Amino acid sequence: MSRLSFLAPWALIGAILVVWQIACAVLHTPEYLLPAPTAIAMALARNAPMLALSAWRTLAMALEALVAASLFAGLLALMVSLSRTLDRAVRPLAVALQVTPVVAIAPLVVIWAGVDHPDRAIVALAAIVAFFPIFSGSVRGLTSVDPDLERLFDLYGARPLQRLLRLRLPSAVPFIVEGHKVASGLAIIGAVVAEFVAGSGGAEGLAWRILEAGNRLRTAEMFAAIVTLALMAAVVHLLFQLLEKRALAWWRGR
Amino acid sequence: MTAVAALIDVEVDYPGRGRALGPFGLNLQVGEIVALVGPSGCGKSTALRLLAGLEAPTRGSVRRAAGRGETSVVFQSPTLAPWLSATANVALPLELSGVARAEARSRARDALGRVGLAAAVEARPAQLSGGMAMRASLARALVTAPRLLLLDEPFAALDEITRRALADDLLNLWSEARPAIVFVTHNVEEAVYMAGRVIVMTPGPGRSAGETRIDAPAPRPPGFRVTALFRDAVETISNQLANATRAAA
Repeated sequence: MSRLSFLAPWALIGAILVVWQIACAVLHTPEYLLPAPTAIAMALARNAPMLALSAWRTLAMALEALVAASLFAGLLALMVSLSRTLDRAVRPLAVALQVTPVVAIAPLVVIWAGVDHPDRAIVALAAIVAFFPIFSGSVRGLTSVDPDLERLFDLYGARPLQRLLRLRLPSAVPFIVEGHKVASGLAIIGAVVAEFVAGSGGAEGLAWRILEAGNRLRTAEMFAAIVTLALMAAVVHLLFQLLEKRALAWWRGR
Repeated sequence: MTAVAALIDVEVDYPGRGRALGPFGLNLQVGEIVALVGPSGCGKSTALRLLAGLEAPTRGSVRRAAGRGETSVVFQSPTLAPWLSATANVALPLELSGVARAEARSRARDALGRVGLAAAVEARPAQLSGGMAMRASLARALVTAPRLLLLDEPFAALDEITRRALADDLLNLWSEARPAIVFVTHNVEEAVYMAGRVIVMTPGPGRSAGETRIDAPAPRPPGFRVTALFRDAVETISNQLANATRAAA
């Protein structure tokens, strides 16, 4: 029983699809309201190259945002960990930025980025969303070092730079890695939400595909784009999970 | 005999928590082993931090003939950096004080060999058992050839057999260079086995409730735990400890 339990999620998905398919056939639902799974599969196959390209564009913007957020959040976390006053000063702003829905600030960022450059706005908005988990994880990691290890460094007369490079940074690694894992998921969500608000200009990402199919009431194509998005996000999540596992194994030595 | 370190009528107050220690005095001679025994929260660890120079007394004074680089501390937990190999952990105090990396690592491997970890020099802390991690911690304390070694309940988290083996190893290592040792424990038998002088402390604020000299050679001869000297000392100190604890309750 438990040996086959890895099949459980696939069995559930299969069951849902079968019921869905039968329900569509029996109830004769109009395709614009609820297309049958087979119709969605056909839309997926038909639009595969275009969907793959759009997925890549969304992913590229999310990754750019992740890199930008990582650099900025890492640098700020480092500064904050060195100065309690700076920590006090920055915290409320960082929290305010985190709790404000990205949709609310999107129009502002679109204006700043220039209406001709929605891609810049999308990257900036996704970076704002990805910023907080990296920042708070890094600060927590840099400031929650084993107090006895800190005492040993006192005893050994370690200089501030030695303490940072040989104690605080290495002991923060697990927190920093976890922050990036959370941020990777948020960056994708941020990119998609931002694309909805900002429009996509030349960079036609997955959100654009969803919007466009919706406007034409091509619901099967809409589903196809959503499925592509879910698959892409899942793959990114799995990759970062694997990365975290590897990083922790390296950090702990096994 | 000359003093390595001394606490002179020290008192330590913590804001909001009142007095933790004192008045308390301790004169530590070169090469002697002193055990501080007392219940939890009697300021034993505070006394150690004063001796290490990690904390300053509220009143009274601390004299230290041993300088910064000549003092080592071993905590109750091994306190090893998980991201460093055993060798790198042990080499850390040397590297931080400017010893070249290659030499520091080679001295670290020697120190690990002396505590019986020659086969685990490249292991990470997560791969070591509790006793092995404690040995690595001990190696890190000894690698700087300290004149003053401070041990804060170093064996408290270990099982009885490992504990006894480590106590013997520690005494053997001590006999090579004879650093002065202050050893905090709440295990009376361990204190009598290890120390030439056992000081019983009262529950917080910690004061001396009596001192017992153990006149036996160190390292201890085999079978020392079944001698009358050992049993009498354990009984005397246990009574002192019980009285001190009762008086406070």
